[in-house]
Formats: sequence, C-alpha cells, structure tokens
Amino acid sequence: MRQSKLTGNLLTVLTLFIAFAMFFPILWMFMTSFKTEAMAISFPPKFFFTPTFENWRVAIFESPFLRYLRNTVSITFFSTILALVIGIPTAYAMAFYPTKRTNSSMLWIMSTRMLPPAGVIVPIYVLFNNLHLLNTQLGLVILYAAMNFPLIVWMLRSFMLDLPYEIIEAARLDGANLWQELRQVILPLLIPGIAATSLLALIFTWNEFFLAVNLTSSLDAAPLSVYISTFKAAQGNLFIAKMSAAATAAVIPVLVAGWVAQKQLVTGLTMGAIK
Amino acid sequence: MASTTLNSKTPKPKLELRKYLSSPGLLFLIIVTQVPFIVAIYFSFTNWNLLRPTSKGFMGVSQMFRNYGRILTDNTFYSVIWNTLVLTISVVVITFVLGLALALLLNRPFPGRALARTLLISPFLMMPVAAAVLWKNVMLDSSTGLISYYLHFFGVNSFYAPQAFPMPTIIAVLSWQWIPFVMLILLAGLQSLPDSTLEAASIDGATGPSMFRFIVLPHLQRFIEIALLLETIFILSEFGIIFVITTGGPGIQTTNLPYQIFLEAFSRWNVGRASAYGIFAVVLANIIIVLFLRVLNKSDEVETAA
Repeated sequence: MRQSKLTGNLLTVLTLFIAFAMFFPILWMFMTSFKTEAMAISFPPKFFFTPTFENWRVAIFESPFLRYLRNTVSITFFSTILALVIGIPTAYAMAFYPTKRTNSSMLWIMSTRMLPPAGVIVPIYVLFNNLHLLNTQLGLVILYAAMNFPLIVWMLRSFMLDLPYEIIEAARLDGANLWQELRQVILPLLIPGIAATSLLALIFTWNEFFLAVNLTSSLDAAPLSVYISTFKAAQGNLFIAKMSAAATAAVIPVLVAGWVAQKQLVTGLTMGAIK
Repeated sequence: MASTTLNSKTPKPKLELRKYLSSPGLLFLIIVTQVPFIVAIYFSFTNWNLLRPTSKGFMGVSQMFRNYGRILTDNTFYSVIWNTLVLTISVVVITFVLGLALALLLNRPFPGRALARTLLISPFLMMPVAAAVLWKNVMLDSSTGLISYYLHFFGVNSFYAPQAFPMPTIIAVLSWQWIPFVMLILLAGLQSLPDSTLEAASIDGATGPSMFRFIVLPHLQRFIEIALLLETIFILSEFGIIFVITTGGPGIQTTNLPYQIFLEAFSRWNVGRASAYGIFAVVLANIIIVLFLRVLNKSDEVETAA
C-alpha cells in the first residue's frame, strides 16, 4: 500500500513536470516579451528580472499590429455571425424535421470541413479575383463561415436534441409560429451551447493561416496570422523581445477562449462525434 | 381561428415545410466548397499560366491530361508525396504514443490536475504560425535560441535544427502542437469507461497490463480511430509551420503537398499544374475521410445496439 502511494506521488510529479515542460516554450515567450532586447538575447538566460513594458508598447502601438488585430476581430466576428445565421436554421431542421437523407447530409456537411484547402485554393483565388473579393475581409468572412458551418450545425443540432421536447411542443400548442418558437423558446435555452460553439469557431478562425496568406496581403484585409508569419525573419524595429510581445498578444485571446471552453473542446474538435 | 388551434395538436402539413430550413445553409456550403472543386478539375485540364496570359485554355481531349502526365513523370511529385507521408505518419505515431501516455497520466485524481490539463492543451490552442515563430526564433535560433544555448554545453555550437534536421524539426514542432489533441480525445475516452467495468475486471483477477490490454484498449479503440483519422486529415493539410520555419527547404526536403501547391500557384503562377496537384490532395484526403465516416457510422451502430 505504501509503495503504491509512493508510485502515485511519483506519477503526479512526473505529470506536473511534463505539463510544465510542454507549456514552457509559451511561458518563455511570455517572459521574453518583458525583457529588454539585450537581455532577451544574452546568455545565460535570465529567469528573474525586472520586467519592462516597453516591448509591448512598441509591438502594439508602434507597429501595424492593431490594424491586423482589427481585421482579425471583424473577420472572426462576422464569419461567426454568418455561420450562425445560416447554421441555426439548418441545425433546427436537421434536429426536429429529419428526413431519410438527414443522416447522409450531416455526414456530407462534416466531410466538407475536412477537404484540403490547398486543393481548391487556385480556383478560389481566380474566382475571388473575378468577383473582386481578393484582398477583402468579405472574402475571408465567406470562406470562414463555410469552414465553421459544419462545426456549428453538428454542435447546435446535438444541443437542440438535448432540449426537453415538451417545452417546444407546449410552445407550438400555444400557437407559437416558427420565429416565436426559435426566438422565445429554443434560442434562450441554447445560449450556453451557442456561446461554446462560437468560442470554438473563434479558435479555428483566429488561427487560420493558409487561406488568409494566399487571399489577403494588405493592411485593410489581412488578419493577424498573416502579420505574425512575417516574423519568420527579423522585422524592422521588432526584435526577439518585441516579436515575443506581438506573438503573445496574438495568441492570448485564443488561449483564454480555449481554457474557458475546455469542457466543450473535445466535442468541438471531433464535431460532436465524441460528447 | 378555433379550428386552427384544434388542428395544431396534430402535425400541420405547414410544419413539414420546416425541413427546408436547412436549404440555405446547404446551398451556401455547396457553392463555397463544391463549385471551386469543379473549377479545379477544369483548370487541371488547361495550360493556363498567369505569367503567360495568352496561354489560358482547355488543351483539347488528347492533351487534357498533360498536367497530370507532367506531374507523374517528375521526381518532384514523388519527393513531395514521400515528404507528406513521412510528416503525417511520424506526427500521428509520435502524438499517439505520447498522447496516450499523457491521457493515462491525467486519468487519475491528483492535486493540480486541472492546472496540468490547462497547461497541456495550450500548445494546441496556439496560433500555428505564432508557434512556428516561437520555435524558430526564440527556441531554435543558432545564436539567440534557448535550446542552442544549452546545446553548447554539449560541445554543439551554432546549431540550427531547421537547417541540420529540417524534417525532424517540423515533425517535432507539429507533434508538440498535436499531442494535446490526441491526449484530450483519449482522456475523454478513458473517462467514459465506467468504473464498474474496471472493478468487475479487477474482481475477476485482471491486473494492470492485462486490464489495459483487454479492457481499456478495446474501449478506447473508437476514440483512437477518431483522434488519429482527424489528425491525419489536418496534418495532410499542414502549411503554416513549414511556411515559417523552413519554407519547404532546404531544397524541397520539407515541401509537402500543400506547400508544393502553394509554390506552383503563387510563385510559378501555374494555374493548370497547381490545380492538378490540388486534385491529388483532394483524392488523398478523401481516402481518409471515407475511413473516418465509416468509423463514425460503425460506432453509431454500436451505440444503438447497446
């Protein structure tokens, strides 16, 4: 018995150590962002130091960071709204009015999420060029809405199926029309589900890079991921410490969203295949 | 008025129309995902190159497969497919072994478990290009990188992993990001295993290894399949980390299929050949997608049977 307790403690220490080691690069980036540039590249590495906020000030206010951030925020916001607006009715029909084809439609919807974007990037580029969507936020909004549509339909349908059906039936008996049923009965009950699903959509949209880098380039449309990718080489006045500050600022919203939505993460990552 | 209220107890034919509420969504999805694919097939039969605007055109029935012929007779294609497979299979195997080990470690109550879980999922949440910038410049850089600094104690100086070991570097960074994904799904699988099953097995005399082999592993099978197939689909499309860390190089040592398509399309502007490469990517992905949907259908049947 004593031995198994010792083994247990060792396993606990091992687990915490691995968790810390996996997280360490992110922590190191975070720490580097508060060092002076000289300190950031001086060795031996400093783990204790007086933090400076100078890098954050320069990386965020004296760089195009905020322009790209604004693009990311509005692209993420509008694509999620668009995906919800067309996804909620789809999920509703799939949940409450199933037909013979519902099951195969749901599987088809999921399969579109797994298509390689590289397979269609050329036609999308050419089509966008002809439709004047190249280098626009609207172009990415449309593509990201389609990217998140399967996630939203699968998750919201499963949340809708979990709703107590008597409540919906009662609303119908009271003569509620479709809009009233959705607006006053289903959506209020679905708010936690919609919030969790939107957080997951936010994670995917915020981090997306392939479509963004190939379809946008200017300050007016390109999201943060495109900006961060330019740090592959040293950029102007941004060196290691300032680069770390910008990269940290770019990942914090998603880290927080993921930590908050931890419970729904597995369901979201497998599109509801695992609850 | 009164009669409508009475009738509403039985499903009204009008309600039947609600099944069409899915139409706008489905139509949108068809337009955005299927139309470009059909256009890609057409483009793959053309010799259109954006650098030579006059070259735009269908090559005729006898010539239409020329892009495919060119690709299949070029050694680059086989290197790219090889790189794609090496990258995908290595990452899937590594993340499976380590993700399973971490899931088992986390599947026991201990103080700090929530914190450990939160720390462990973080690499997966991180924007991939930011992760790539972090590894390239802050960790691995030959003069300023933290890892390079510690390597010099072992007599290794100005070591730059992306140059010395390009593919293993990409595999390592991707594994770092995807271990949490596999861990999360397998942990969900472990936690769905009823305690009563484990108790019954231990009463029947099952011990650690045999319990794992005959009880835990069969239960996990569906979770393993879902995790690894989904991961495969997304790693096959990996682009950002290669773009930032190695730009496909040195040479084409880390050029996978998406990166090759990117090069054909946006540095050589060869619409025809890039589209033909794209068709290969779609076919490859579809093989995995079909396997994945089969697993989902199979597990649905198991659930309804149980």
